[in-house]
Amino acid sequence: MDDKSPMLELRGVSHVYVGRKGASLAVDRMELAVGHGEFISLVGPSGCGKTTVLSLLAGLFPPAAGQVLLGGKPVTGPSAKVGYMLQQDCLLPWRTIRDNAGLGLDIAGRRAAAERNRVEMLLEEVGLAGTEGKYPGELSGGMRQRVALARTLAPEPDVLLLDEPFSALDMHIKMQLEDLVQATLHKLGKTAVLVTHDLAEAAAMSDRVIVLGRNPGRIRKEIAVPEAIRRLAPTEARKHPSFQALFDALWVELNAGEREGGSHE
Amino acid sequence: MSDDKACHPAGGDKEAASSEDNGGPHGGDDRAGWLKGLHAAYRRRERSIGAAVLSVQLLLLAAFVLLWEAAGRLKWIDPLLFSYPTKIAAQLASSSADGTLWPHVGVTVAETAAGFVLGTLIGTALAALLWWFPFVSKVFDPYLVVFNSLPKVALGPIFIVAMGQGFLSILSVTLSMTVIVTTIGIYNRFRDSEPGLVKVVRLLGGTRLQLFRLVILPASFPVIISTLKVNVGLAWVGVIVGEFLVAKEGLGYLIIYGFQVFNFTLVLSTLVVIAAAATLMYQGVALLEKKLVSGGREPS
Repeated sequence: MDDKSPMLELRGVSHVYVGRKGASLAVDRMELAVGHGEFISLVGPSGCGKTTVLSLLAGLFPPAAGQVLLGGKPVTGPSAKVGYMLQQDCLLPWRTIRDNAGLGLDIAGRRAAAERNRVEMLLEEVGLAGTEGKYPGELSGGMRQRVALARTLAPEPDVLLLDEPFSALDMHIKMQLEDLVQATLHKLGKTAVLVTHDLAEAAAMSDRVIVLGRNPGRIRKEIAVPEAIRRLAPTEARKHPSFQALFDALWVELNAGEREGGSHE
Repeated sequence: MSDDKACHPAGGDKEAASSEDNGGPHGGDDRAGWLKGLHAAYRRRERSIGAAVLSVQLLLLAAFVLLWEAAGRLKWIDPLLFSYPTKIAAQLASSSADGTLWPHVGVTVAETAAGFVLGTLIGTALAALLWWFPFVSKVFDPYLVVFNSLPKVALGPIFIVAMGQGFLSILSVTLSMTVIVTTIGIYNRFRDSEPGLVKVVRLLGGTRLQLFRLVILPASFPVIISTLKVNVGLAWVGVIVGEFLVAKEGLGYLIIYGFQVFNFTLVLSTLVVIAAAATLMYQGVALLEKKLVSGGREPS
């Protein structure tokens, strides 16, 4: 794949949830392109299809219409090229931290010594050296989410899909992890899509913020993050003089979107 | 992050920490001594409650045995029907000394062990089958409900006709009691596995077999072991009833034989043996459970 084509692409993607009560349009004719190494965020009111978009990108289910492309090729199912981080750490309580971080490698049948070493190195990198032999129950929530990050990175995905991975954490641990995730992804040159409710988090972490509207889910507005903020770590970005203006712009868009969508919950 | 961790120190560290502090300055010494004193007082209280419970338990047992003995010897109750403890003890002593008791114990224990182990294994295998083929589970759902509510002992005559008077029939009665309950219980556990864990394995590209091996089965392990415990009880019922119906040996046979020759000392002494063997078996499985389930698991 050449670097000019986008890493991730949605082309005219629509998705419909069909149930007993009928069929509802969750995402309507969405166009989106994410470049190599780019970090974008999806924000929007509930019911705007954020998580649906992430699931489509992960290949959990095919879109009802349109195409989802990864590196120019259609996505057919979950693959090792795409890592996914959930709101909960979802560690297996009966596996050690080392074995939890290596879960993706076990599933892919990658058992070489080099792969094992990378798991140890990743655990060290996320600040968990010395916990390899422990069990998830012995770790705090923040540490467990770090294990989940190592587990997501271990199979060396090109793309990371982050499904509100910080929303269940305490404020200061959340900000520590935001810094860690952003620094790690920049260093490894990964492409990332973050879904979040937290506008400040979206503004502080990403290169571009996509504001979604609802009923049906679609793109309302794209807001590019100024270069000056982009270069900073999230905790620093929040202190930047132009951060408030960016936050306010997102706030206005989100509110407008919420009014347009009506109170159809 | 590290201060979060400090809120949940591992249980085993407590004593080591207090003894390490002894080398500190005078003030620290007092602190450590104070904590030690509190801990010692707590332990004393625990021990004295434990001792009180045990002595009341023993007292109750002794009172029951003495009352029974007195009632039997003084003819408050008919000793022919209800016997009394020394008579039962003498019966047990002679039958275990001349070796006539042991083959019966051996046969029944073997049948029961086979019953609860096989029942749990077959039940788990059937549960896996239902989990693997959702269509099959939908089809069989009403049949399972009917079979589960049926008093399985009623199938005894059919097993005897089909499999003859012996081990196979007894095992079949036992399995009919254990398998379906096990299947339903474990299948429900399989189905209720935490959706997040299932999603993680799917997102990492896991196959259905990997999902079963990595999440569904290990997550259900505690339930499988506790089902094993329930099945110990059910298997005893199945085996004794099976022996009532067909056996030429075994503890259930001894009870029926004692009943037929009107030797209720034999019946009651056999009951004592059953109670002892069943308790031992149950405790054995409980010990196994502790060993298998505790290691590294979240206290949830």
